[in-house]
Amino acid sequence: MNERVARLRKMSFESEPSISAERALLVTEFYKENHGKYSLPVLRALNFKNLCEKKTIYIGENELIVGERGPFPKAVSTFPELTCHSIEDFKILDSRDMTRYGVSDDAIEIYKQTIIPYWQGRTMRDRVFNNVPAEWKSAYEVGMFTEFMEQRAPGHTTLDGIIYNKGMLDFKAEIAEALAKLDYLRDPQASDKAEELTAMDICCDAAIIFAERHADLAEKMAEKETNPERKEELKRIVANCRRVPAHAPGDFWEALQMYWFVHLGTITELNGWDAMNPGHLDQHLYPFYERGLVDETLDREKAKELIACLWVKFNNHPAPPKVGVTAKESGTYNDFTNINIGGLKRDGSDGVNDVSYMMLEVIDEMHLLQPGTNVQISHKTPRRFLKAACRVIRKGYGYPSVFNTDEVVMEQVRAGKTLEDAREGGCSGCIETGAFGKEAYILTGYLNIPKILELVLSNGMDQMSGRKVGLETGDPCGFQNFDELYDAFVKQLNYIVDLKIKANNTIERMYAAYAPAPFLSVVIADCIANGKDYYNGGPRYNTNYIQCCGIGTVTDSLSAIKKHVFEDKVLTMEQLLKALKTNFKNEEALRLRLFNKTPFYGNDDDYADAIMQRVYASLVEAIDGKPNTKGSQYHLNMLSTTCHVYFGKVLGASANGRFAGTPISDGTSPSHGADRYGPTAVIKSLGKMDQSKSGGTLLNQRFLPSVVEDEDGIEKLAHLIRSYFKLNGHHIQFNIVDSKTLRKAQATPNEYRDLLVRVAGYSDYFVDLDQHHQEEIIARTEHDSF
Amino acid sequence: MTSGVIFDIKKFAIHDGPGIRTTVFFKGCPLACWWCHNPEGLTIAEQHIHHPERCIGCGECVQHCPQNAIELSDKGCLWDNESCIRCKTCVQTCPSEAHEFIGQTVTAGEVVDKIKKDIVFYDESRGGVTFSGGEPLMQVEFLLELLDACVQLDIHRTVDTTGYADAELLLSVAARTDLFLYDLKHLDAEKHRNYTGVSNKKILDNLKLIAQHGAKVNIRIPIIPGFNADDENINHTGEFISSLSGVRDVSLLPYHNAAKSKYSRLGVHCFPSEIQIPSKKEVHDIAERLEGFDLQVKIGG
Repeated sequence: MNERVARLRKMSFESEPSISAERALLVTEFYKENHGKYSLPVLRALNFKNLCEKKTIYIGENELIVGERGPFPKAVSTFPELTCHSIEDFKILDSRDMTRYGVSDDAIEIYKQTIIPYWQGRTMRDRVFNNVPAEWKSAYEVGMFTEFMEQRAPGHTTLDGIIYNKGMLDFKAEIAEALAKLDYLRDPQASDKAEELTAMDICCDAAIIFAERHADLAEKMAEKETNPERKEELKRIVANCRRVPAHAPGDFWEALQMYWFVHLGTITELNGWDAMNPGHLDQHLYPFYERGLVDETLDREKAKELIACLWVKFNNHPAPPKVGVTAKESGTYNDFTNINIGGLKRDGSDGVNDVSYMMLEVIDEMHLLQPGTNVQISHKTPRRFLKAACRVIRKGYGYPSVFNTDEVVMEQVRAGKTLEDAREGGCSGCIETGAFGKEAYILTGYLNIPKILELVLSNGMDQMSGRKVGLETGDPCGFQNFDELYDAFVKQLNYIVDLKIKANNTIERMYAAYAPAPFLSVVIADCIANGKDYYNGGPRYNTNYIQCCGIGTVTDSLSAIKKHVFEDKVLTMEQLLKALKTNFKNEEALRLRLFNKTPFYGNDDDYADAIMQRVYASLVEAIDGKPNTKGSQYHLNMLSTTCHVYFGKVLGASANGRFAGTPISDGTSPSHGADRYGPTAVIKSLGKMDQSKSGGTLLNQRFLPSVVEDEDGIEKLAHLIRSYFKLNGHHIQFNIVDSKTLRKAQATPNEYRDLLVRVAGYSDYFVDLDQHHQEEIIARTEHDSF
Repeated sequence: MTSGVIFDIKKFAIHDGPGIRTTVFFKGCPLACWWCHNPEGLTIAEQHIHHPERCIGCGECVQHCPQNAIELSDKGCLWDNESCIRCKTCVQTCPSEAHEFIGQTVTAGEVVDKIKKDIVFYDESRGGVTFSGGEPLMQVEFLLELLDACVQLDIHRTVDTTGYADAELLLSVAARTDLFLYDLKHLDAEKHRNYTGVSNKKILDNLKLIAQHGAKVNIRIPIIPGFNADDENINHTGEFISSLSGVRDVSLLPYHNAAKSKYSRLGVHCFPSEIQIPSKKEVHDIAERLEGFDLQVKIGG
């Protein structure tokens, strides 16, 4: 890392996130003046243009890539047209200990005087909650599922390589062509399309204006600059901003600036989930890199410096905070951009290049919170690339995460995408699969699967609130065998899924009608040709995902009931229900029996894994292929992000011995403490899930640094990954843990049963070691970290 | 089908030979090394252990024990070795896994089924199975049957041995083994007998024998200060190994006291408290000395 990058990194790392009311004020003033004068798409486009014309432009010292969404780094814009923060929200955000956002008195005053009075009752959030059925609301309130669109706009968008070949002027020409082709005689939607296309055209102009304003500022700064070196840099920034995004980038530096302007455009236009994502950035940059080396306008050092400068830009943009926050809740600054490195090219050849390796170095040197990164590993990926990635993973940052490209391609082809588009696709957000640059793949919300079983066990009643939120599937004590119980579970599952989908379809129409995204639509394939918005079925592909949480918890709970109640008959349903209701009060022996004497998912045990397969098949059956409103379908994802903690909080005790209120299993990982035979057994269990039928799964694994401290360990980590991928695993990520975690492991060993440690000449589970030796290892680890 | 007594099957074993492996630990050993880090492998007899930190005092085991061999006290369960008939009812009934029996009699088929589960990992990492212990050659018929089954399955086979076995039997094991992890503890017969209970003559002769027969051998030397870490013994060891044909790989296993708690749980007298853990420098010096004999030396398993 050179001095410039070190300074930028430090500045970004140390800046405190704050709330900027600038965007909210500009938007409110614009809406007051213009709402009702234009069609919605044109209104949104003019609103975007107004922002591009008026927002404060910032160019920082040392910067090579320029542009901020807010008036300065880490000043976070708000989106009152989607969700409007209350004064109470701001007070909490300003005062809470974790993930704090500073809020100035000025910002609060602006909200009090102008923003809140205008938007109250008019936000997308208000529309959502005013238009969903009562049954949906009660299920939502008790935590059966979450709804993504009550906080942010649909997103998870990732770009392909189009913006490196076309500038806004090229897109304008395409838009003009599409407008000219409209058939007002035969196409009943022609005038709607004309409005949308006009809106897109305005957005192209807006993006150019935004860049020109940066050029103007840089020009002024260059005139005053006394340092000749910086003066030259500023002049170069002027030239870059005059060229992109109007035109396609001509070199490496311009290519990065091009991406960044498009990124800023999309995150200024709306607050889509997971910000924006460059996708296969290494592949996009490589032709510019190669050309720069040949014509000697670039060297490796310079290229790496520019990439690092982009990294800083991502980190300068903490996620806009949620509304309706509580003091206890912490949230995250991470806005989930997840850059894909490696993978395959469109023609099926290996996508790894020199820039891929360079990016691994940047990840290692920068280790900032953002951007997130992953490596895409196909059967063609060189072994040395996977090992280079493992060496970064070893550092314990938790990234890059590792994806199986072959599986990611298979999932997409199964979902109806072409092989080429699938290869150009990848993963964004956490693990979500999509055809980059050609697809709106919308996450609609998390589904609390263990809670569906809870409804079955209480005949449709929510345990904690006592409210009836599900179907009455019958008195659980009346089930004669496991299959009767399971049938009730499937009925309940279908009821809840359909409830969610119905509401989602309504919400989807609201976004299409009230919050179109014409700028985003410009850069996503086929929106221009179709004359349709990104939120209205414009893209080539339009998938909706429902993210299923807690497969581990529900499998283990069903396994426990099957074995102890129906097969061994050592426990009656009445006894079990009573114990669950009282959260195992005075029933510790029963709880431990359920926890220790039940076959659990994650141990390569067919008894439990067969139940997992059955539940998974029911989830696929309930969700996969159901129509959305855009001529496409719902698919499932096996992802919880951090929602397994919330879903656990609203869930009573479960039959696998889990206490009420504690987290359910995360992603596709086994329940906490359930897997007792190491990573190979976990991987074998996961391998039994037909993951190709999902849009992504998530597996967390934890290792101590000593397991991978030498090259032999790196080699074995790579083998473990490859073995999982042979079994069609979608994703795996590693925590290489520190002594803080080991201390927690000592305090709550059941939560850490899968934690492997290198003892001496062999590895063992940390919690199986005696106190004396645990202490010894903690001391050693701390010593190693000096 | 042959049965044998094992005390553990460890998956994702990454220090017992090449690649990702499954290690099967045989119970019973002809040696009794002072520093033994797998004391549960010393005797072939099944041993009961109690984990008081897991016991919740529910009394289930007391209630179900057919021999009335368990008593509930304020310190948890008290178990009587004399009256116990090893029926393991306590293990089955205890909800908190506070009762455990070290050692189980299993058929070769059962073990092979477990080994087979991780074939995908062996294939990917060029790993396989390792038979360790205890001393796997103590139950040689069982071992041979397992080796034959793994030959059939084309699974790489490693045998971790003390070398203290009948020469003929060792050769028949060698015919089915891809790699030996062969322990050399001391070159002096008398010292060896004092610290391990047996002379090293058979061990050294056997090593020469299998080397002559072309077996692939990785020598493992536990580094035990005060016993075998002195220059004289290391020099003798180096000379001896370099005289063997085709044997060049040596792993040094520095003594550690991780097994201390195992001793107390098993109720076995613990020698290791008297042994020092070697310093990194000591181990490096030994490695360097051995490299002087044209050997490939690795620290750790």
